[in-house]
Amino acid sequence: MDALASLAHGFAVALTLQNLGLAFVGCFLGTIIGALPGLGPSNGVAILIPLAFTLGLPATPAIILLTSVYYGAMYGGRISSILLNIPGDEPALMTTLDGHPMARKGQAGEALALSGIASFVGSLLATCGLVFLAPLLVRVALLFGPAEYFALFTLAFATLGGVASRNQAKSLIAAALGLGIALIGVDHQTGVPRFTFGNVHLYDGINFLVAIVGLFAISEVLLFLEHRGEGEHAPGKVALGRVTVPLAMLKRTWATMLRATGVGFLAGVLPGAGASLGSFIAYTLEKGLAGKGAGFGAGEPRGVAAPEAGNNAAAGGALVPMLALGVPGSGTTAVLLAMLLALNITPGPLLFQRNPDVVWGLIAALFIANVMLLLMNLPLVGLFVRVLRIPTRYLMPGVAMISFVGIYGISGSTFDLLEMIVFGVAGYLLRKLDVPLVPIILGILLGDQMEKNLRRALTISDGDWSILWGSWLAIAIWTLAIVGFLAPLVIGRFVRPKVKDTVAQ
Amino acid sequence: MSDRVLGGFCLALAAFFLWRTTKIETSFITDPLGPKAFPVIIAGVLGLAGLYVLARPDARPDWPGAGRLVEIALAVGVMVAYALLLPSLGFVAATALGAGYLCWRLGAGPLEAPLAGLVISLGIYAIFHLVLGLSLARGPWGF
Repeated sequence: MDALASLAHGFAVALTLQNLGLAFVGCFLGTIIGALPGLGPSNGVAILIPLAFTLGLPATPAIILLTSVYYGAMYGGRISSILLNIPGDEPALMTTLDGHPMARKGQAGEALALSGIASFVGSLLATCGLVFLAPLLVRVALLFGPAEYFALFTLAFATLGGVASRNQAKSLIAAALGLGIALIGVDHQTGVPRFTFGNVHLYDGINFLVAIVGLFAISEVLLFLEHRGEGEHAPGKVALGRVTVPLAMLKRTWATMLRATGVGFLAGVLPGAGASLGSFIAYTLEKGLAGKGAGFGAGEPRGVAAPEAGNNAAAGGALVPMLALGVPGSGTTAVLLAMLLALNITPGPLLFQRNPDVVWGLIAALFIANVMLLLMNLPLVGLFVRVLRIPTRYLMPGVAMISFVGIYGISGSTFDLLEMIVFGVAGYLLRKLDVPLVPIILGILLGDQMEKNLRRALTISDGDWSILWGSWLAIAIWTLAIVGFLAPLVIGRFVRPKVKDTVAQ
Repeated sequence: MSDRVLGGFCLALAAFFLWRTTKIETSFITDPLGPKAFPVIIAGVLGLAGLYVLARPDARPDWPGAGRLVEIALAVGVMVAYALLLPSLGFVAATALGAGYLCWRLGAGPLEAPLAGLVISLGIYAIFHLVLGLSLARGPWGF
């Protein structure tokens, strides 16, 4: 088994004292970020990228830190779902349905422990899936030429709005805005400046980190200002009890966890689904299988295990296309892609061949993070609950200031800070208008690659556009893109009322 | 109405984008497609999507009242001021002021807010500068 040997090598990379320490810090921060309502995984990772970047960490340790944050956030979301009935992040929405009723019945500790174990099972199996599926996908991806890549990028944009998207035109607007922003700067192939208006600051293009932190973090602060004083919550009314799971409960839920993991992993791998949909489908499936009268919605343990296993599995699954193809399928993985690009690493099939250290070190780090998170989340859950008590009036200013620190650290330029604020205001307006932000981010990240592949394809064919659909692979990808773009118009009608807005997932 | 403005804005932006694209100076060495084709495609997508939103807008989003809008505008103003004053005031002072203002507007009392601002500022300074060695803006006092 090639994959296993590579993985063993990855563990050798990841298992140094420094990396373990970083994984620990990442898991800890991630859980807090996930648990705090209003600070989701994409948000949290976005703020931390410039910091990891300016601290000058080498690639592998930086990746280990930030992927630990990513997995940690997936664990953390459940804490506030269960205790406060407020999802800490978007994918944890379904966990409120049965988690909070369990807490009200005095089983808060059990619900937390059970969801922790479900998260562990989900992400552990999904990471195993990643180990075997990613190399397979890489083998397919090696057949891709520039035309296929161009089609693939189109596929990513067509499906990114997600099955639950309300208005595909707005997803398109977002994608076009992002791609347009990516065009600013000097054209790499001919060296002519484009859309710079003679401003020297713009010759380098827009730094995507500035855009991401502005769009996510600063707009979040503005949203909080708008909703000041609404829905202030006072946690701690719920007694935690003992954070353990009775064996009988595990016995009743293990099959649920496995099913939810399978469904969630698939949802994660497929473009356009992501963790929110993973947990939604997992929950709905279990509810349907159990039939009426099983007590779903009233504190049924299976209703806690399913969405948690589902969303963590989806988080792992979403890494498959991101690593193997370089095309993320969800908001958070788009931010992780930003992280890799910031470190000068371009994911995709070549990454597996040229930088196996990075890939397998990362995957090994995921396993390590997972074990750490399980250990951290059972005994230390009380600590995280205490962090939840920080009122947003102190938290959000802190978040804003840390964003400023990170961006200032990159270049020390006031221009970047002002740019970030502009993105923050734009992000706020776009969120109010229901325009998804993730395609914008992806556009900024992939615009350059997308154009490069298009031009390369047409250089090969000497200007003949039919090369874009000149192979069966390309045709298959185009078909998927069209189906994925049109699907929400049909399926969305059923899913939409139940899955909340996926603006900043 | 909001969506119609968005649609109109996108159309205008697409037109502007097209106009600027025609202004791109091409050099004599170029690939078959050149630097203009991709921007044209994107402007096309943006324009078409804008047209759709203009024709079939969604329901009106719930905009905050005028008071809250002023609140948000003020906060943006404070952030801009923060960015501009950062080099001359130094990190600690500027951040204490900026964070204090935001805490106050998010509901902290008149006594708690400045204190919270100072704590946030010093906390970030301690963690990111003293422990992690990140370089922050130096003011006249060296911090």
